[in-house]
Amino acid sequence: MRKKEDLGKDRLIWIYTQMVRIREFEERVKRTFLEHPGAMRGHTHLGDGAEASIVGALATRNETDFVMPSYRCHGYPIVLGTPPRNMMAELYGRKDGLCKGFGGSMHLADPARYFPGTSGIIAAAIAHATGAALTAQVKNTGQVVYCFFGDGAAKQGGFFESVNMAACWKLPIVYVLENNEYQAYTHISLEDANCMAGDPLSKKAAAFSIPGVTVDGTDPLKVYEVVGEAVDRARSGQGPSLIESRFYRLSAHGNAITVPPAPTQFPEHEAIGVYGNKAEFQAAKANDPIQRFRSELIKNGVLSEAEASRIEQAARSEMDEAVQFALASPLPSPEEATNYVYA
Amino acid sequence: MPQLTYLEAIRQGIWEEMERDPTVFCLGEDIGIYGGAFKVTDGFIDRFGPERVIDTPIAESAIVGAAFGASLTGMRPVAEFQFMDFIGCAFNQISNMVAKTHYLWGAPAPLVLRGPSGGNVHGGPFHSQNPEMWFVHNPGLKVVCPATAYDAKGLIKASIRDNNPVVFFEHKYLYRRIKGEVPTEDYVVPLGKARRAREGRDLSIITYAAMLHTALEAAEILAKDGIDIEVLDLRTVAPLDREAIIETVRKTNKVIIVHEHSRTGGLAGEITAIINEEAFDDLDGPIIRVTALDTPVPFSPPQEEYFLPKVSDVVREARRLKAY
Repeated sequence: MRKKEDLGKDRLIWIYTQMVRIREFEERVKRTFLEHPGAMRGHTHLGDGAEASIVGALATRNETDFVMPSYRCHGYPIVLGTPPRNMMAELYGRKDGLCKGFGGSMHLADPARYFPGTSGIIAAAIAHATGAALTAQVKNTGQVVYCFFGDGAAKQGGFFESVNMAACWKLPIVYVLENNEYQAYTHISLEDANCMAGDPLSKKAAAFSIPGVTVDGTDPLKVYEVVGEAVDRARSGQGPSLIESRFYRLSAHGNAITVPPAPTQFPEHEAIGVYGNKAEFQAAKANDPIQRFRSELIKNGVLSEAEASRIEQAARSEMDEAVQFALASPLPSPEEATNYVYA
Repeated sequence: MPQLTYLEAIRQGIWEEMERDPTVFCLGEDIGIYGGAFKVTDGFIDRFGPERVIDTPIAESAIVGAAFGASLTGMRPVAEFQFMDFIGCAFNQISNMVAKTHYLWGAPAPLVLRGPSGGNVHGGPFHSQNPEMWFVHNPGLKVVCPATAYDAKGLIKASIRDNNPVVFFEHKYLYRRIKGEVPTEDYVVPLGKARRAREGRDLSIITYAAMLHTALEAAEILAKDGIDIEVLDLRTVAPLDREAIIETVRKTNKVIIVHEHSRTGGLAGEITAIINEEAFDDLDGPIIRVTALDTPVPFSPPQEEYFLPKVSDVVREARRLKAY
């Protein structure tokens, strides 16, 4: 059993630092639509609000464990140590991007850091992660796969087919269902059978006779404990678990694609823009997981106000540099478009 | 006649069919309260209610499967894909069931599978594809790709009334960019019929969807050189209007085929084969293809521009063929 009390001061500060870095990265992406209109094309989907869930989960990870999230994928590689400047350049479609500008926001990959790749097709990666877990099992590597996906993806056939398979074969994988309350633009109360019945989404686990746990995804230490138990279970050969991590997506689903040269824009959150529910959004903002964790660390004497500020300033500088790097990086040459079709 | 955008024309077409026929209903992701990712069904839920404008979970296979089941039992579903790229998630239902039902059981499956396709918006490899050929190769499906507001409305109405499954590709680059005159009175544009979009005698460009506008722009440039281009807009790519293709070949004797999807296995190959079979002796030059490259749709803007067929490509090839 992992207990949050076992986390030392350095580890707690590490968790806070990663949360802040993710938030700052996402803030910079969002600001680019105003500061550099038209410079970033395609779809970007932000993970602000998910930081506690992402970092709490990954704090349990061994260095060679695979991380396979959905298309809303910026946060995870930041924690794994992928340079944000290369990620940012990828979002801008530049030559120095993580994937040479061929992937964009939704299709990041950093295989050397056990981040094999993400997909813009909802739920596609749940099956891919299941396959990675099969590799770990067949090769007996002791690795665990962290599979992250949204509440929307949990309605795809790929989810049900994959989890059943993993349960049958006792694969070393943890399925983290990130319930951020919105499936693209539609509220979860309109599209999830468990939610509509007043049940947690972790109830889906019962269909596969595997453990299903719901955790407060705004508290990194609670996520650490719950995911940690599932990871230990997976690593010891007892098979998969389903964790429903509940938090609130603090930005809209994504920016709207526009026909160039019209700049892409980031709309208001669906709670306001679609449902006219400003109170819901403001309550979520007031419950910002980063602010809450910050206060907790300061109250417990883990961080001083000055140290917290230093971490935040460092993240700002780091992400500012990432944006400058991305903007200075050249666009790939047109002719390169025909490269890489085959290995 | 009022001027409507391509998007508004489609919206109006579906709306009118829902008014006309209570068995017509819409289903898809975020189409109800949100009004659809591109707002094609904006306001529908207020007029027709959530029973006929159904917000679904993100589950394309089940959306198509359920639409199919409803179509077998007396309804006329219109299912939206948020992006036509995601139709791949439902491919088994469409290819193995929907397309073959009438052949196997004699049962009509009157459903429409519609949504935005196409590039030039820097949407990257999963939000820019033109996957019509996946379906052209499936006998039993009709595949429609309108290029103008008038046709978009007339074709969506015809598709909804058709007793066969129709895959309806709306080009997202045209949604709010193209406007045209659209009659207020009821009309349909028949499926399977091409349209001569420009009269000419020197050379024929056969095309459809967004590339129609590329072809027409090229034709204007070439007209200044005294090259008189005929442009044929296929409108429906399955079944193909073979007669219209042959007719224009017999008239101009030179052909360029332009399409936005990649080259190998593209529609140009099929049209070329039809011309070879039926009008080989009428040709005064090689059939030329102007298409996208054989790569996924690139994400980075300069690469996508390089990938897509351009007006300058059409102009260059037309001059070359004219001189042949």
